[in-house]
Amino acid sequence: MIFLTVGTQLPFDRLVRSVDDWAATHPDMTVVAQIGAVGTEGYHPKHMESRASMPSAEYDQMCRDARLIIAHAGTGSFIKAQTVGTPILAMPRKGALGEHRNDHQMATAAHFKNRSGIHIVHEDTEMAAAIDTLLAQKPERVELSLFAEESLTTKIRSVVFAKG
Amino acid sequence: MSEQNERPKVLAVSSGGGHWSELRRLRPSWEGARVSYVVTDVAYKADLDSDPAETDYRFFTVRDANATHRIRLLQLALKMFLVVLRVRPDVVISTGAAPGYFAIRFGKMLGARTIWVDSIANAEEMSVSANLSRKHCDLWLSQWPHLAKETGAEYAGAVM
Repeated sequence: MIFLTVGTQLPFDRLVRSVDDWAATHPDMTVVAQIGAVGTEGYHPKHMESRASMPSAEYDQMCRDARLIIAHAGTGSFIKAQTVGTPILAMPRKGALGEHRNDHQMATAAHFKNRSGIHIVHEDTEMAAAIDTLLAQKPERVELSLFAEESLTTKIRSVVFAKG
Repeated sequence: MSEQNERPKVLAVSSGGGHWSELRRLRPSWEGARVSYVVTDVAYKADLDSDPAETDYRFFTVRDANATHRIRLLQLALKMFLVVLRVRPDVVISTGAAPGYFAIRFGKMLGARTIWVDSIANAEEMSVSANLSRKHCDLWLSQWPHLAKETGAEYAGAVM
């Protein structure tokens, strides 16, 4: 099963459509999509089960059960995927296309991109090939770190253990 | 310096969900100190009880609140004041949100060193509670270099 999630704040038609197009040619793979409140003008998937939102317990279960999570490049998506140990393929929203107020998801994607189990595409035209590539591989073992970056904990320690 | 000062008392505070996960990831920051956790749901105690590295801690709960519920906010402030009085922390650290703000205010009043680590989820702007806490903090951190540059926060890395 593939779980597509775009958060609940804003629709992300470009991503949803690219995954729906992929699903159309892969009827053997179940794709569940959480697409936010898409208006009548927006894109409604035809080849996958979709809904606006879901309860957090169900959302967590989807993230755990999925072979692959596909998402917008929101911090919440990366943190969730890394917490449950599921590979994630993310595409940042573009401010210029009205997908968000600005391009901050580019920075978020850049921050997370080198971690185990995190994959980024920047264009919807790259989505199908990226999904195929990831599914052709053996399921990844996502290496999770338990703790914050050492530079951060070292900085905090300098205040916690400051000699006063 | 007394032995007390060599093992500072740390009050580590967060609301639930992501804030709590991020706080837990900061644990090496106070390794060797005496830690008291304050969080918004007693269920989180299970995370600590099942972690062999968490051998010696105190645990308190407060009820979360936000600016739309004045009475709950007051109740939270009062409960946090009592917790701070009981623990008498040398250091208060929080990842957010309202509980952290009150802990930092009261901790500072009683002379604690105070640390705000704004959640990694805040990639666009610092949180409201971060901004309210700022002038009461000895260390005010963003987890995003671009935000640190914009706001004057410090940046030293991220929880993930």
